[in-house]
Amino acid sequence: MLKPRIKLPETAKAGDIIEIKTLISHVMETGQRRDADGKVIPRMIINSFTAKFAGKEVFSAEIQPGLSANPYIAFFMRVPGPGEFEFTWVDDSGDKGIERLKLNVVA
Amino acid sequence: MAQERTVEIDRRQFAVGALGGVAALAVALAAGPAAAQDATQPPLWQQAVDKILKGAKPVQGKLVLDMPEIAENGNTVPFTLSADSPMTDTDYVKAMHVVSTGNPQPGVATFKFTPASGKAFVSSRMRLGRTQDVILIAELSDGRFLMTRRNVKVTIGGCGG
Repeated sequence: MLKPRIKLPETAKAGDIIEIKTLISHVMETGQRRDADGKVIPRMIINSFTAKFAGKEVFSAEIQPGLSANPYIAFFMRVPGPGEFEFTWVDDSGDKGIERLKLNVVA
Repeated sequence: MAQERTVEIDRRQFAVGALGGVAALAVALAAGPAAAQDATQPPLWQQAVDKILKGAKPVQGKLVLDMPEIAENGNTVPFTLSADSPMTDTDYVKAMHVVSTGNPQPGVATFKFTPASGKAFVSSRMRLGRTQDVILIAELSDGRFLMTRRNVKVTIGGCGG
């Protein structure tokens, strides 16, 4: 899987509610389309996304074919303190994209 | 002056023609999936909604599904979901389910929150095959559900058509 793009605030304080923006390149083939020979193009989508912070799950998504290609997902988190994010995307082939990113927590 | 008038008429005629075309396309597309379905079964989107609600009746509450009224490109229609919730350990939004009523497959996504989310809010982008209603169901930590729907007009469908 291609490298995702993540946008975090540059700094955050414990207790702040911050927005996390994520974007990953993926064809998100719905399984509804046909190729030039009329054969169905098999479904191939990212079916799950999980965001953990300091080892604890904060947000996740079960994704179905209605989500657009190159899924963009933005969500919020209340900062519990310093820590590192771990974002995981999994597609129908079992291919995983994992990205770890430290949040700059200031006093 | 004369030049300007001509332009004005042309624009008006174009607008009328374009509207007619969109209406005809919407009718043609609407007939498609319905005809292909077994008449005794409820529509797929209704089945998807029933599966989420499991017999529960949605209650009134502050739930917002924000989408453009008119989507020019059905391949990528931005949406924002938000609910008014304190997001504490005992009172939070567990999940938000997005269901399309007019796509070949009704499922869009289920977003799952935790009290650590801080805010019941998510934004993303979805596919819309044609003009249709989009349904948002929020599942609360006390087992109740909130539901809202919104109509989006689609000029170019986003399901490979």
